[in-house]
Amino acid sequence: MEIKKGTFKKGIHPSYNKHYTSSLPIEIMPSPKEVAIPMSMHTGAPATPVVEVGQYVHLGELIGQAAGYISANIHASVSGTVKAIEPRLMGNGSKVSCVVIENDFQDAPCENVEKYDPETVSPEDIVKIIQNAGIVGEGGATFPTSVKLSPGPDAKIDYVIINGAECEPYLTSDHALMREQAAKVAGGLHLAMKVFGLDKGYIGIEDNKPDAIEAFKALNDDSIIVYELETKYPQGSEKHLISAIAGREVPSGGLPAQAGCIVINAGTAAAIYDAVTEGKPLYERVVTVTGSGIKQPKVLLFRIGTNVNEIIEYCGGLTDDIAKVILGGPMMGPAVYDPNVPAGKGTSGILCLNRADAHIEDPSNCIRCAKCTEVCPMGLMPMYLGAFSQKRNFEKCDEYNALDCIECGCCAFTCPARRPLVAEIRVAKRGVQALRKKRG
Amino acid sequence: MSERLLTVSSSPHARGKQTTKSIMTDVIIALLPATAVGFYVFGLKAVILVVTGIATCVLTELCCEKIMHRDVTIGDMSAALTGLLLALNVPVNCPWWVLMIGCVFAIVMVKQIFGGLGCNFANPALAARVLLVASWPSHMTGKAFIPVDAVVSATPLAIIKEGGDAIPSALQMFLGFDGVYGCIGEISAAALILGFIYLLYKKVISWRIPVTYVATVAVLSFCFGLSAYEVLIQVLAGGLMLGAIFMATDYVTSPATAKAQFIYAFGCGLMTVLIRQKGGYPEGVSFSILFMNFVTPLLDKYLRITKYGEVKK
Repeated sequence: MEIKKGTFKKGIHPSYNKHYTSSLPIEIMPSPKEVAIPMSMHTGAPATPVVEVGQYVHLGELIGQAAGYISANIHASVSGTVKAIEPRLMGNGSKVSCVVIENDFQDAPCENVEKYDPETVSPEDIVKIIQNAGIVGEGGATFPTSVKLSPGPDAKIDYVIINGAECEPYLTSDHALMREQAAKVAGGLHLAMKVFGLDKGYIGIEDNKPDAIEAFKALNDDSIIVYELETKYPQGSEKHLISAIAGREVPSGGLPAQAGCIVINAGTAAAIYDAVTEGKPLYERVVTVTGSGIKQPKVLLFRIGTNVNEIIEYCGGLTDDIAKVILGGPMMGPAVYDPNVPAGKGTSGILCLNRADAHIEDPSNCIRCAKCTEVCPMGLMPMYLGAFSQKRNFEKCDEYNALDCIECGCCAFTCPARRPLVAEIRVAKRGVQALRKKRG
Repeated sequence: MSERLLTVSSSPHARGKQTTKSIMTDVIIALLPATAVGFYVFGLKAVILVVTGIATCVLTELCCEKIMHRDVTIGDMSAALTGLLLALNVPVNCPWWVLMIGCVFAIVMVKQIFGGLGCNFANPALAARVLLVASWPSHMTGKAFIPVDAVVSATPLAIIKEGGDAIPSALQMFLGFDGVYGCIGEISAAALILGFIYLLYKKVISWRIPVTYVATVAVLSFCFGLSAYEVLIQVLAGGLMLGAIFMATDYVTSPATAKAQFIYAFGCGLMTVLIRQKGGYPEGVSFSILFMNFVTPLLDKYLRITKYGEVKK
């Protein structure tokens, strides 16, 4: 097995704080009494519920049908009776239709589960299985994986890359998964390689996870090239992982496939393998429950639709000086005002911060230090984007490439004046999109 | 939900260690060696000027912000830094009231009227120094640099320009301790370079502007036919080190991108050499940086960085 090194330009070195959970094994959380499974926890159109209130559902049974091409199937994460189909509050503040299932704790399996041999399964079948299993990117963007694996007949894919960078501070979900189930992740990679007829696959892991790198080395698989990446944020950004491994840039506004690359999260790869070999749809995933505000940090395998409050209680509850609960990592995850929301396919972390860790000084005037410009991995000038956004000058925001922003947060992290640059740029992006629409 | 109220804010939820205050404090710390040499060489008079400068700037900022009903920002140390920088940029014989006028001008006219920190159109300390040089040349140039008990009668650059005493040796000028005169904070290149190293270590500034500026002065002086030794004197003398390290690198009035910073620093160097070699003043650093401050918005506008994934044609 070949080991190579790689990195990308710019970026930041935040405090990683992975020590809370970095040595913990994945613990299986007992399934809860009730799950509320959102019909929209992926990029694209919400799924359409295909069950009725009062109906009995089996573990892994289809309960939401993908509505359109960019959408994803949703499956029951417990067996039991459908109690309600109603809108519930999500982590991002919106209300989404949820199928609420009362658990009968039988985990009654579905009948006629189709299992395939990974050696003989056809590329077309792999994509179909992934689509049926409702697999989406587990890194956070939750883009339907089957769509990602179908870039069209014109695309020439040279690199299939597993994203094991996990550059977000605090999170260790992928780390634990790669350490414990490297063979499964590698199996997922092989299946993805098969889709594109490739005989080489790549996996990128930050060098702060030596045991994960070792786990892949131990597989002794010559068709996989492991990249030991510099520990730098945002190394796990799709675009920057491609820079580090393939040495290519994804064209502005384009997809990785246009640079001949497909990037799949490590957790997603394991899910692909499970879907093909066991016929298991995506109904559970790994989450890191961590931070100074949780009593017992854990790495948990939970059923999709479990209430975040219940996960927190399972981890001993919040500390008395809790100030912030974030779904995801500290750099890109949204903060919730109420943890009474379901955890979904994209919930990679539940980060609980106490008052001291959540404290951010009030913003003051921009001093034009240009440190945001020096760290922006997209090569933008956040200082100007922020200023133009405040003035609602969206023409200028467009000229300064607001839409290229990936909202990684490097600029706001670095800003000594504590300017809310990401928030300002989000406003700018909306403004630019509206402006472009108006122009036609 | 529980009684506990959770904070909601936009990501990211983590911040780096540097703050405006820590940066300003670091620059003040970086100026301490030069200030100490100034105190040692010029004595009590220098101490009084430095204290006057800092106090005047901080008080002026406080009054301005009270009158304009703005948040009081004297805690960010930027006013104190302006006061220190201006005091280090006047001759030891400069009367205290001249310095105070400079401080008030820097804070009121250059900084607060334009919106406070980050909105100033030029480096406040520099603009104030230029005002003082233009308004009270007798207090700001020539004999004003020389303590009463000194044996020499002029600054090194004035000696070169006007003739007279022997030029001090390069080592004397590098260390700045004996017989080398100039503004309070500019006499010791060694002390200033020490501050530069501290700023680089603390990642407050990059090497680009100071190094490019000084290198430009050296190369262009050489092109003007100066000998290697004379070039060395040009680099060590006058406010070049102080200007290149502490004035030209002022965030607000220097460009944002690397490309623009190189051009800006080259411009500073070019202007300095032209003024020193062809102009009427022996010293040209202040004017050069001030001039390039005004070019900064243009450089920023036209010299952007290449974004990731730019479609190459």
